Amino acid sequence: MTAAVFFGCAFIAFGPALALYVFTIATDPLRVIFLIAGAFFWLVSLLLSSVFWYLVRIITDNKDGPIQKYLLIFGVLLSVCIQELFRLAYYRLLKKASEGLKSINPEETTPSMRLLAYVSGLGFGIMSGVFSFVNTLSDSLGPGTVGIHGDSPQFFLNSAFMTLVIILLHVFWGIVFFDGCEKKKWYILLIVLLTHLLVSTQTFLSPYYELNLVSAYIIMVFMGIWAFFVAGGSCRSLKLCLLCQDKDFLLYNQRSR
Amino acid sequence: MATTRGGSGPDPGSRGLLLLLSFSVILAGLCRGNSVERKIYIPLNRTAPCVRLLNATHQIGCQSSISGDTGVLHVVEREEDLQWVLTDGPNPPYMVLLEGKLFNRAVMEKLKGRTSRIAGLAVTLAKPNSTSSFSPSVQCPNDGFGIYSNSYGSEFAHCKQTLWNELGNGLAYEDFSFPIFLLEDENETKVIKQCYQDHNLAQNGSAPRFPLCAMQLFSHMHAVISTATCMRRSFIQSTFSINPEIVCDPLSDYNVWSMLKPINTSGALEPDDRVVVAATRLDSRSFFWNVAPGAESAVASYVTQLAAAEALHKASDVATLPRNVMFVFFQGETFDYIGSSRMVYDMENGKFPVRLENIDSFVELGQVALRTSLDLWMHTDPMSQKNESVKNQVEDLLVTLEKSGAGVPEVVLRRQNQSQALPPSSLQRFLRARNISGVVLADHSGSFHNRYYQSIYDTAENINVTYPERQSPEEDLNFVTDTAKALANVATVLARALYELAGGTNFSDSIQADPQTVTRLLYGFLVRANNSWFQSILRQDLRSYLDDGPLQHYIAVTSPTNTTYVVQYALANLTGKVTNLTREQCQDPSKVPNESKALYDYSWVQGPLNSNKTERLPRCVRSTVRLARALSPAFELSQWGSTEYSTWAESRWKDIQARIFLVASKELEFITLTVGFGILIFSLIVTYCINAKADVLFVAPREPGAVSY
Repeated sequence: MTAAVFFGCAFIAFGPALALYVFTIATDPLRVIFLIAGAFFWLVSLLLSSVFWYLVRIITDNKDGPIQKYLLIFGVLLSVCIQELFRLAYYRLLKKASEGLKSINPEETTPSMRLLAYVSGLGFGIMSGVFSFVNTLSDSLGPGTVGIHGDSPQFFLNSAFMTLVIILLHVFWGIVFFDGCEKKKWYILLIVLLTHLLVSTQTFLSPYYELNLVSAYIIMVFMGIWAFFVAGGSCRSLKLCLLCQDKDFLLYNQRSR
Repeated sequence: MATTRGGSGPDPGSRGLLLLLSFSVILAGLCRGNSVERKIYIPLNRTAPCVRLLNATHQIGCQSSISGDTGVLHVVEREEDLQWVLTDGPNPPYMVLLEGKLFNRAVMEKLKGRTSRIAGLAVTLAKPNSTSSFSPSVQCPNDGFGIYSNSYGSEFAHCKQTLWNELGNGLAYEDFSFPIFLLEDENETKVIKQCYQDHNLAQNGSAPRFPLCAMQLFSHMHAVISTATCMRRSFIQSTFSINPEIVCDPLSDYNVWSMLKPINTSGALEPDDRVVVAATRLDSRSFFWNVAPGAESAVASYVTQLAAAEALHKASDVATLPRNVMFVFFQGETFDYIGSSRMVYDMENGKFPVRLENIDSFVELGQVALRTSLDLWMHTDPMSQKNESVKNQVEDLLVTLEKSGAGVPEVVLRRQNQSQALPPSSLQRFLRARNISGVVLADHSGSFHNRYYQSIYDTAENINVTYPERQSPEEDLNFVTDTAKALANVATVLARALYELAGGTNFSDSIQADPQTVTRLLYGFLVRANNSWFQSILRQDLRSYLDDGPLQHYIAVTSPTNTTYVVQYALANLTGKVTNLTREQCQDPSKVPNESKALYDYSWVQGPLNSNKTERLPRCVRSTVRLARALSPAFELSQWGSTEYSTWAESRWKDIQARIFLVASKELEFITLTVGFGILIFSLIVTYCINAKADVLFVAPREPGAVSY
């Protein structure tokens, strides 16, 4: 649909991720490294799920018909489980790494686990968004729009907003997941897995894009609020921040120590 | 926050991420045929484009922009529908889908030059009826390259006396700045019209709502202005560039020729050896590239000559005839006599075994399939007959022809009443070089009887080659149509005349052309090339050259074309002999006694299927059939602006395709862009604010002596 739609959809899908990267990650090279490692872990999880998917397809001999749709659903569920498994694996790796880093240079302050949770979530989210949306984005450069076979003409916009919500959800899931691992509250991991499954299976409701998007955004808002509280925020700090009384708060904090 | 290195800026990481992002975009873009692309585009596979051809001074044909021309579709079924396209429609430019019957000069004049409102044209195939006509060729074909010019025979020049192609509208020789495609498949046309009806029809006079159905045509041509310019540019490229970008190629192919009695092709004929030349043309053209059925303009004539060659070879005293007979099939005659001018040039310069001095007489077959009332007209050149000796030779020639024609009551040979110019024919190029006695046999006395001369409608139906329904292809192959019988009679007359001209006396009446051969040739060239007979006469590696449809007769730039090969092997099969050489001996007969590669041509052909229909029985065919290069002398001499020889060249191109899809309105695109910018700016602001207040918002858990960020 020409360059205007290409750039518009690219900014919608990747704008917040870019903003987060520019202001919070790009300033510290260590965070960049952890981000890219997180993205790599997501890629490996996708590779593993695609190997399984390929094997299953070979077994069912590439037949057409409803079996392909069931196979697709099965593939998505398997992929979600593997992604969460790799998130757990990345957590384990980061735990070992921060102990090792502390022993190498004790003066140098390493990022805390909460920050790493956020960075890994963002890494997962960016890679997932790029993988799912870049293909569609490149087709939006051409002169045509979706619809000649009867599909919805808002395909590109819907995909862009869906990608945006997935990226943000991965960030929040990362924060919540790592907190659950730290505090050994395993039910949190289960909740993350279940919400991820819910959001992914909902996409099979297409062409009812509106329902899909609205419920995904509602889930994102809930996860966002949960992640805010897990990350150390509270209603008081939010009120202080919004009413610009933060200077008094800092002074108070320092005095109290 | 441990940000001692924060001041260095986001360079290494962000650059890496940007590179990764752009790499994945490029990689995704290289994936062809992915499912999103299939949701958007419907490709049109059975189309024929109009390409750019150039000659010494002009360019003709069509051109599109380098990234294709896109336009909102509009179906024009009546002339009134053009109003919407030219003035009323609110969403220019439009891509016009034109009914075949409206593809005429009047409509094209209206569309030409309106590039702001017309993005391109797609033409559907019409059903020609008995009164319609369509010839995109000019009214005076090959004007200026024959014998008549302002200085020689000026009363006959420029078709002053007889307008040969009266119905010609000259569209094929115009230059259009938008692409024009032919939609060959009915089903694709239906899909396009369905898309138009679903999305583009205006409701009650108001403008139609987006998304609208649109079409994109790609046919960007690299060559411009003229052959002189494009050949000069190609020459500079190939001389100075490591990776030369050639922009055009000359039209060239091969002439097919054979002798009745074998001659030594490595040497030259003695001046006393006299040769009677029987000539015809192999090629035709149409407005669109590589669509040239050419039934009346080429196929009927060369099929007749093939049958005559077969009949003549069967005469018993062929080896003792005083004069030899040369059968030649010229390629490229449509484009200012490429084949015949090259043969004359080679004869003059000693590069061809037969010289101009050896030619005794010349009999050419023009268009012969549409005879009214059994008449076959004999055309001769009035200018050369001003010379007394030539006049007598021509008179003898005509008398011989009439004598041979007397034995075939179905063909009545008629002379012209008054002196009339020669129709466009290869004989004209020979007369330019030397005054020889020649005659052109044609079914028309004045202008052509062919109402579809050099157009896409010059098909089997045009010459009444039709087959009964519900017959298998094998039955159709052997079914003798009336046209085949008529052409066989003409072939009989020609064969007997050639026998008499070659000095034969005894067996004239026993020479008879076989209607079975004629009908099989007509079926193969006009209806279905992939039949059992054609398969059995070709070499094994040429099997794939036979399609399930008719063969096309456009000369093209890669040589030899399918048609040239098939004619060569058909002539070899009809006039040659099957020998019992093995495959190795056939490829190198120098070791076999009594066989000589200088006298004959040996080819290992597939042969017919055996009785179990599982395998072929290949054999070695020995004949005198050879190919002679048909590239205009202008390119040999590098005279690219020549007015003496043909200078036609075809442009090169990279990509030719057509597809349909829906387009969205410009407003929606702009809204998408602004929403994207808005979200980006908003998220930048929010992230900056949160980041600045992060140590207030996110309180770290109290650990004595530890600093978290």
